[in-house]
Amino acid sequence: MAAHGEADQLGTTSDSDQGELNETDAPGKSEDAILFASDDFDNLTYEGLAEEAQKPVQKGTIHAIVRQSSNDVDSRSNTPNNIDHDSSEVSAGEESVEETAEQAQITPRADNTEVPDTVDASRIEIEEEDAYNPEWKNQKKHVFILSASGKPIYSRHGKEDKLVTIMGVMQALVSFVQDAKDQLRSIVAGQHKFVFLVRDHLILVGVTRGMDSTQQMLLQLMYVYNQVISVLTHSSLNKIFKQRRNYDLRRLLTGAEKFFDNLLNLMDTEPGLLLTAVRCLPLDSSVREIIAQSIVQNAKLKDLVFALIIVKNQLVTLVRMKKYYLHPMDLHLIINLVNASESFKDAESWTPICLPKFDASGFVQAHVSYLDNDCEVCLLLLSVDRDSFFILSEAKDKIKARLIRYNALQAINASIKRTSYSTQQCGIPDLRHFLYKARSTAQYTSPELEAPYTEPAEQERLFGMYLYLHHRIHTSGRPLKILFHVGEYETLLGWVTQGFELYAVFGPLITKTSAIHAVNKLLRWIKREEDRLFILNSVTF
Amino acid sequence: MAMAGGYQRNAPGDGEFSRMQMRDVKVCLLGDSGVGKSSIVMRFVTGTYRPALESTIGASFMSKSLIVDGTGYRFQIWDTAGQEKFRSLAPMYYRGAAAAVIVYDVTRPHTYKSVKGWIQELRSFGPQDIVIAIAGNKCDLEDLREVTEKEAQEYASSIGAIFGETSAMTAVNVEEMFTALARQLPPEEVTSHTGSTINLRRQASKQDPKKKRSCCGGGGGGSPSGQGSLSHGAEPSRRQGNRLA
Repeated sequence: MAAHGEADQLGTTSDSDQGELNETDAPGKSEDAILFASDDFDNLTYEGLAEEAQKPVQKGTIHAIVRQSSNDVDSRSNTPNNIDHDSSEVSAGEESVEETAEQAQITPRADNTEVPDTVDASRIEIEEEDAYNPEWKNQKKHVFILSASGKPIYSRHGKEDKLVTIMGVMQALVSFVQDAKDQLRSIVAGQHKFVFLVRDHLILVGVTRGMDSTQQMLLQLMYVYNQVISVLTHSSLNKIFKQRRNYDLRRLLTGAEKFFDNLLNLMDTEPGLLLTAVRCLPLDSSVREIIAQSIVQNAKLKDLVFALIIVKNQLVTLVRMKKYYLHPMDLHLIINLVNASESFKDAESWTPICLPKFDASGFVQAHVSYLDNDCEVCLLLLSVDRDSFFILSEAKDKIKARLIRYNALQAINASIKRTSYSTQQCGIPDLRHFLYKARSTAQYTSPELEAPYTEPAEQERLFGMYLYLHHRIHTSGRPLKILFHVGEYETLLGWVTQGFELYAVFGPLITKTSAIHAVNKLLRWIKREEDRLFILNSVTF
Repeated sequence: MAMAGGYQRNAPGDGEFSRMQMRDVKVCLLGDSGVGKSSIVMRFVTGTYRPALESTIGASFMSKSLIVDGTGYRFQIWDTAGQEKFRSLAPMYYRGAAAAVIVYDVTRPHTYKSVKGWIQELRSFGPQDIVIAIAGNKCDLEDLREVTEKEAQEYASSIGAIFGETSAMTAVNVEEMFTALARQLPPEEVTSHTGSTINLRRQASKQDPKKKRSCCGGGGGGSPSGQGSLSHGAEPSRRQGNRLA
């Protein structure tokens, strides 16, 4: 949409054009980051993925932590406990695979009855297949997961079992190209982009006619793949398919559909996933310090790796075990877990979750509870000890009590009610909206959506412009540092440095000079507010 | 809440008992997805009912105190998720449990079939003296019933489990079931405090030498069917055919 306007790029960093941009100080910068992304969007290419596929997945972290804590001298006899933990971990995996093998023998029978049906009654099938439904066809973005043998696992729209034929075609395309020792990456057909990601035993396909670039779709498919891992772990996914190539994975993903749906919706509305950065709830740094200290003082427990508080998809605080970092992609999966589940609001919960970037081979156990009656402030305690529920539950009570005593819970609630901040507060007249990501801390900030972006259609258009801007700046063939783009309804300025990424949207009439001037002013404003908008100190147990 | 275990045990009858003595009872609810485990727990603990609860993720924990025959019981209830992917986690919850409630849906026969699998698993890998109750939930949906009360009742009697048809919606038999569980508990043992202590005690005093708890290699569902009576035979003290009033 915006792309239809005339584009004027400053693809280089030549002094004449950039003279006024001042990048010496990146607001929100911190050497002491709470989140850590070892990789970046720019690394996300098929070449990078192929390389990554050669490397073993991130694993062993959980075992390392368990092992280390068992080395600690503790009055409690650690050894039986940990052996128990280890063996139960392993046996749990084994059990599930055994069960799997059993079920797998049952499943094909059920499927076989299904498949001939579709062949015999192909005419009926044509009417039933979702692919012929105009409403289905008109969806802007599709995401499919299928097994390497072509079994449907998930479809964002429609029922996956009514898409057997189309998934068969996808599988055929992928394996046809694979046969030639090559790899299918994407297909562009008219307005549609088809993007393929083949990982382990899964084929993920994204189809869009929106502004998403191939690479951005690839990132989204990575999130979806990570969501699968998050439910099953990489190890058991591999074990299952090694035992039976045509296993129906839907059995094990029952109930997880809502996580995929929700994740995909988040990806279309929440810039944080695109930026692989997290938004923090604006809070005075002193209040945030109190909250972090409440956690440190009451939850200093061995085997507790991360403790965090999330409010409305925003991070309030994160306390981590020394040496271990949470990857923003993992944090988005945690946010998605909380965001998509109503059931956590009823009672304290104890659930396994695999964080693929942290350790793809095993689960950490999450103690999930809400600290307030309105169920907005969610505390998560992530431990590698499966038997620590009651200890964590006790810790949670103490944390809550201290947060109430110091009015911190009140401060959080006040911040929720206040809404984040308005673009006007930045004092830049022509600025309509912006995204600012501090790269070193993997956090971003952006103002509330205001007029003219109040309607969903307009918000979608705005998001499309950000996708475009982000894509142009990160195009792997020709990465840009600065992009000034004059569109029909607005003017965009994207600027990437070592320290930050800034995407700003102005009114259509702004000149390049005043936009640069405005951006410098904006950076100064963010700098002034950085204590409130970002978490700059990393707190460890 | 959490009492220092050691002192309590060494000094029974101390001033501590000015309050009512509470016996902690760990209960876990098992059964297929959507049979109403969470609804039963919610009915029991909060006295409320919400239609179409979201499926549980992992497991959730609630507690509720109840006085039965003049004794106070504090039920610590693990409401587990019924979904397949959480199946392998179940041992974590029944391992230390004093009682298990296996729930099925009277309108869905396959959920009743799963009950037998759970019984086998508990017999093979669960605690020796675990008290089992079978609950046929959604008994308010008489028109849609697919599992007869008689069939389930007879099965429950044959394995010495408590049985009752419940309805979380109308509250029928929900509290009664927990009351029946409390009555079925083996005579007072040391109130559970630290997990390790209790395990040692149980192994020393109650383990049946004929039954081995190891050899898990075969997997939970692997043992042949119809063996419920075997493990039952090992515990003659258990009353048979318990029926909710």
